Amino acid sequence: MTHVTNSLQERQPDNYFYRLIHLSNIQKREFRKFIIALLFLSPSLIIFIVFVFIPLFRTVYLSTFLTNPLGKPVSFVGLEQYRRLFATPVFLNSLQRSLLFVAYTVPSTIVVSLGLALLGNLRLKGIAVFRMFFSLTIAVSAATSSLIFLYLFHPALGSLNYLLSLIGLQAVPWLVNVNTALPAIAIASVWLQIGLNTVILLAAMQGISEELYESAMIDGANYWQQFRNITIPMLSSAFFFLIVVDILAAFQTFTQIHVMTSGGPVNSTNVLVFSIYREFYFNGQYGFAAAQAVMLFLIMLGLTIFQFGILERQVFYD
Amino acid sequence: MSNQLQNTIKKISLYLILVIAAIIVIYPIWTAITISLLDDKQVAQYPPQLYPTHLNLDNFRRALEQAPLLRYLFNSMMQSSLVMIGQLFTACLAAYAFAFIDFKWRNVLFLTFLATLMIPWEATIIPNYLLIKSVKWDNTFQGLALPFIATGFGTFLLRQFFLKIPKELHDAAIMDGCGHLCFLTTIVIPLARPALGTLAVYSFLQTYNQYLWPLLITSDESMRTVQIGIALLQDEERFMFNTVMAGVVFVLLPTFFLFIFSNRQLIRGLTAGAVKG
Repeated sequence: MTHVTNSLQERQPDNYFYRLIHLSNIQKREFRKFIIALLFLSPSLIIFIVFVFIPLFRTVYLSTFLTNPLGKPVSFVGLEQYRRLFATPVFLNSLQRSLLFVAYTVPSTIVVSLGLALLGNLRLKGIAVFRMFFSLTIAVSAATSSLIFLYLFHPALGSLNYLLSLIGLQAVPWLVNVNTALPAIAIASVWLQIGLNTVILLAAMQGISEELYESAMIDGANYWQQFRNITIPMLSSAFFFLIVVDILAAFQTFTQIHVMTSGGPVNSTNVLVFSIYREFYFNGQYGFAAAQAVMLFLIMLGLTIFQFGILERQVFYD
Repeated sequence: MSNQLQNTIKKISLYLILVIAAIIVIYPIWTAITISLLDDKQVAQYPPQLYPTHLNLDNFRRALEQAPLLRYLFNSMMQSSLVMIGQLFTACLAAYAFAFIDFKWRNVLFLTFLATLMIPWEATIIPNYLLIKSVKWDNTFQGLALPFIATGFGTFLLRQFFLKIPKELHDAAIMDGCGHLCFLTTIVIPLARPALGTLAVYSFLQTYNQYLWPLLITSDESMRTVQIGIALLQDEERFMFNTVMAGVVFVLLPTFFLFIFSNRQLIRGLTAGAVKG
């Protein structure tokens, strides 16, 4: 039988059978390529499936259950946990705290880093040393920086209040007051984020073509005009990237809270991730914590879609 | 002449601003080093001591004696190295497929990889914690490292670099009978050394500085990582700030060295992905 088809092919290349076999050869090659690619991807895919995708679904699943103290789902409650989220102050407070924290940290991080990047971009001898200092916090962990700031903010021993008194300012109750605790943690977080932000902005600045500034100078533009009309627009894609990264980082803040305040005083620093941690790890409320985690995911997803869909259109790409 | 004078004044004032900015940025680190060198009386005095007066290493001795910092450091190094090696391995293979193999569903799978960047780790942490507990991998190195040995970011970073390698090289190698694995190991990896270096340093730093995951799954003191270990130092009342800061400096030292030695490469690699990507 094969012999017959083979001889048919040789005589009539346009034959239906020939085309069929030929097509399936292409498909076979495609399939082989696909399998090879899958083999290359499989180590990553397996890890992603086991530790990212399945857990994401299990979080949603857990959020519709009451669990026993070990996290085993016991009774299905549907959307009850979500009703509880909006009926009790725990989640709403955490959500508000997280949003405030984003508002405190993201704009100030970007403004401070922009200043540092402008300084680091000066053409002066020894500027590399300053750049190194400005990017140093990349190497600092959240835990160590929190311990350092815990000292700096200390009401009696810390040096921050002492330095304020030197310039005639009143002592600030920093971490022990409901109104100042979250801003204090924001200061520590901004400091930690400065390194990465400055590095990214500096690199983007160095990517701006020299000719733009030269022609602006010929037109008589001063430093401020150059900054407003060349530097800022040319940095828009870097700003866009940093806004995304900084908002996500602010929403995910945990370590600073755990080391410095444990969510207090009076829940004033009980941000979303800390609340999730506390509900499942200490209170054994896995379902309730999972519902909060789902909300966190939805917020981040919404933000990312919003940012890529709307903000990116307004970004100027060079 | 006056123009030159103006220039000099401008330069001096710029340096002045630079120095002030650097002092403010460095101040927390400076404080940690200062406090770690003070004796018990100095650390409790008012006004606070703003600079060290002598090289006093007692606090380091005390921190090392009273908390198993070296053991913590070993645990962190193990976790970070495992994650680093794992990420290099998985990201190299995946980035190769995305850059050099033209296969069906490539875009879909690539988007799947990117999607992992948008799923916050905290949204999946409860099931992951329960999973690791249920297979009794809490307090083990595999429990610390395994969830992190694949990386969407690293795959993206390497793919961007791999794409710059001319396709003709690939075709020529395949013609010569050098298969995919052979091409990857003999041509791509040596060429991509800078990008691999960036990913290695980045993943090491990230893992070494991790907090929430090791906090959840290490309850044995002998399995704690440095970040958790020093944070717990502060909880114990017998430790004064100078001892805690000695611990902080001890924990910061490895990453500072890593950062200083790999500064250029790390920054160039990361910004190439972020700014132009």
